[in-house]
Amino acid sequence: MSLSVTDPNPRTKWIAGALVIGYAIVTIMPLLWIIATGFKSPADSIAYPPKVVFEPSLEGYVNLFTERTRATEGMLEDAGPPTTWYERIVRDQGMVITGPSRYGERFLNSVIIGFGSTALCMLLGTMAAYAFSRFRVPLKDDLLFFILSTRMMPPIAVAIPIFLMFRGLGLNDTHLGMILLYTAVNLSLSVWLLKGFIDEIPVEYEEAALIDGYTRFQAFYKVVLPQAATGIASTAIFCLIFAWNEYAFAVLLTSGTAQTAPPFIPTIIGVGGKDWPAVAAGATIFLVPVMVFTILLRKHLLRGITFGAVRK
Amino acid sequence: MAQIRIEDVRKDFGSFTAVKSSTFTIEDGEFFMLLGPSGCGKTTTLRMMAGLELPTAGRIYLDNEEVGQKPASERDIAFVFQMFALYPHMNVRNNISYPLKSQGMRRDEIRRKVAEVAEILAITDILDKPVGGLSGGDRQRVALGRAIVREPKAFFMDEPLGALDAEFRERMAEELRALHDRMNATTVYVTHDQLEAMQMGDKIVVMNHGVVEQFGVPQDIYDWPATKFVAEFIGSPPMNFLRFNGSVAKGQDSIALDGTEIAVPPSIDERSGELALGVRPEFVKLDDASSYRGRIAASEYLGTTQIVTIDTPSGRIRARIPSDATAREGETVGLRFDARTLTIFDDATGRALRSQGNREVLEHG
Repeated sequence: MSLSVTDPNPRTKWIAGALVIGYAIVTIMPLLWIIATGFKSPADSIAYPPKVVFEPSLEGYVNLFTERTRATEGMLEDAGPPTTWYERIVRDQGMVITGPSRYGERFLNSVIIGFGSTALCMLLGTMAAYAFSRFRVPLKDDLLFFILSTRMMPPIAVAIPIFLMFRGLGLNDTHLGMILLYTAVNLSLSVWLLKGFIDEIPVEYEEAALIDGYTRFQAFYKVVLPQAATGIASTAIFCLIFAWNEYAFAVLLTSGTAQTAPPFIPTIIGVGGKDWPAVAAGATIFLVPVMVFTILLRKHLLRGITFGAVRK
Repeated sequence: MAQIRIEDVRKDFGSFTAVKSSTFTIEDGEFFMLLGPSGCGKTTTLRMMAGLELPTAGRIYLDNEEVGQKPASERDIAFVFQMFALYPHMNVRNNISYPLKSQGMRRDEIRRKVAEVAEILAITDILDKPVGGLSGGDRQRVALGRAIVREPKAFFMDEPLGALDAEFRERMAEELRALHDRMNATTVYVTHDQLEAMQMGDKIVVMNHGVVEQFGVPQDIYDWPATKFVAEFIGSPPMNFLRFNGSVAKGQDSIALDGTEIAVPPSIDERSGELALGVRPEFVKLDDASSYRGRIAASEYLGTTQIVTIDTPSGRIRARIPSDATAREGETVGLRFDARTLTIFDDATGRALRSQGNREVLEHG
């Protein structure tokens, strides 16, 4: 048997593997449940005991994207036979499509607000973190503590002042308002995380660039930014996940034009009985962008979580 | 290429003064060493010349142009960092061509220059490799390549050999010196290693606690140190000090050390009080005819020579003598000092008294 310190023996590996698989099952199960429910018929979705094997149906997705009404004989005659596959699915429920649902717009709002605030947060956060890392800022430690202290209470604790402020400024239910709000909430964490990453980049690289005839700003974006890419990517994921999933402010401050998907999804349930498959379909689609973004940047994310643990 | 003049330069970091009023001149084409222990202000001085720090007071002239408050990017100088600071996200070629790109040079011109520099440094075969996997010596060459490719007014190097293994260090020291001789570029080099400074430098500035202690050619600094600090910092083992309470008058050419007359170079200064006679270990001879005696405490064999530690009435000293000479521990021996090499220091201020021996060295700078 190997006596190496870094190479665990087979039994240890087996136990570790079993624990990881066990944990993965616990965390992935709700996700699989939601995805499966999206493809069930309403009857299957509330069946007891729960059905693991079921006949897949796109009813939930069709219901998610359409507005429907219960059809009378006359309406069915007026509409004629169904021409598309989704019309057929709706007809089978004894309904007709009256128009598209607002899920598409709400989803687009989430994309605009989520990615918009993440981008703004990265822009401001990187520059602030760079300044805190490199320059002699007066009262630097106090300022950094002050920035961090904005996260010492849950953001929703200041909901009422923010609501009043937004009303006064006309930012209620606007994309700009939500982008600014999420940026403000995320910025403290971003500055701290990014400062950690930038602190790790030796200052000599920038000095070399200054000597090589570049200005400080050129040194910042040509030399520092490429090396902080990992930190920026992982910080961006944290920001996006927060902005994407945020529910409380979205309920409070948006209702129409700028409403994001999280407050909208629960409203789907109210349309003609408990339409769980449609809710699950909405949740599944809502998960996709963050999952794609996270998978694309997962190497950086892993490094981001463990940053500072090992000196290069 | 350029002459660099430092006038009354001072640098404060908050309440800490890193460099106190330094003045010296680096002539065009010189290989100039800034030598001193860590924290002596040598790196700060270099960084001020390069424009990476701005002086609190004083002037820095690069070819008679005052550049003290100009940023580094406008000084047209090159800097080699201790850790090389190669841009990790670029390959070797891009690292070397980076300073040329900032000047907006044409691409084919850049290609030609990089190839030329790679040829000089024998790194043509690694031009397209990433810098991450390079050996210390190759990184050093790439860093040098980045410095020489733009033909700057001066090269500044901050302990460039400090990060290398001992075996590379010797070779790179030779390569550096050869490169300097070939390009004849003004080079300012920071080191804490006195051997490196002696071996490579045309001139040396010795600094301590932010103050320039002495400035001159290596031989002068070694033979005629201006202060006790320089005498001890340079030379291995360092200069010996035999402390005595007495006085030295103008023109006096001998001193009394525990009742023994010792010949010294005729003095120019007068001083009385606590003094110290400085003598290099290689100028201490064992001579039984001498009436100045000491007891051998230890001897270390070093191949061609041996270092003998001797207790004298004025303190413990060390002598470097041929290894075939017999020196037994516990033995009492006579000691003779080569009169032309001796320096008397004021023990309180640490400064050397001027004599016929060191006057030329001490009075020019």
